Amino acid sequence: MLSVPTAFGIVKKMERADAELIAAVGKGDTASFEPLVQKYSPQLFATARRYARRESEVEDIVQEVWVKAFQKLDTFRGEAPFEHWLMRLAVRTCYDFLRRHQRNREDMFTDLTDSEVDWLDRFVAEPDGATEEAAAARQLVERVLAQLSPPARLVITLLEIEDRSVKEIAQLTGWSIPLVKVRAFRARAEMRKVLARMVRSKYL
Amino acid sequence: MNLSGLHRKLIAAARAQPPGDQVPYTFEKRVMALVAARPRMDAGALWARALWRGAGICVAFVLLFSALTLLLPAKRSSSDLSQDFEKTMLSAVGQDGDSFE
Repeated sequence: MLSVPTAFGIVKKMERADAELIAAVGKGDTASFEPLVQKYSPQLFATARRYARRESEVEDIVQEVWVKAFQKLDTFRGEAPFEHWLMRLAVRTCYDFLRRHQRNREDMFTDLTDSEVDWLDRFVAEPDGATEEAAAARQLVERVLAQLSPPARLVITLLEIEDRSVKEIAQLTGWSIPLVKVRAFRARAEMRKVLARMVRSKYL
Repeated sequence: MNLSGLHRKLIAAARAQPPGDQVPYTFEKRVMALVAARPRMDAGALWARALWRGAGICVAFVLLFSALTLLLPAKRSSSDLSQDFEKTMLSAVGQDGDSFE
């Protein structure tokens, strides 16, 4: 295991490498952008996959993030790591995507699969018996998240699923801290309503 | 049904099964082709463009008002500009009630 000074040294080295690449792009060397794309694309794909179901949409989101990053690279001041700046861009692009694709949130619970119904039955009978690793649980989460409004979905994903702090969420989204707290409160209430609707549609 | 418990369970499921971070084959090449096709925005060029547009609009206004001034009939006055100016400057002097004491 790396000692703290060594790990810190490696982080600093990586940040310097990013800074050198960014400086090169700033001077007109577009090819220096590619190593950044290779390095951070996995993280961007993982982020985008939380908000879009189809792979084509995920790719579009990540492409849009990179094009924006390239266009706005001269606004990156280097006060924080490039990764943080890029993630802020990614979260905002994902939020824009959610708002653009805000479907008419009709009831998506009328066609629950047998495995999803079984999982819910198991949860009712014995909550601990319904395992989180089940694919059905994952599918149910996606159905529920798809029913939330864009701000609610973003806050629930960042706050509860990714376990980020309110301050981090405020930095990522550009919202004020009080606004994040208000949206978190409303998002939880919205999620409760969606869950109630899901349960009602199953048992009625 | 315990909705709070269901909420917690589903969030735990989302945490337990995070999305994958696989990158499609040759994705980087496609991104590089996109960014090469779109030149980076030069802030200086944007400002210059905006200022030139503003200058153009100002010139248009100057020409318009100059044309209006030339084309509209001038008011005939009996006195010339110097006399009008003197009248204006001295109009305050000699009014009743003016005193320096």
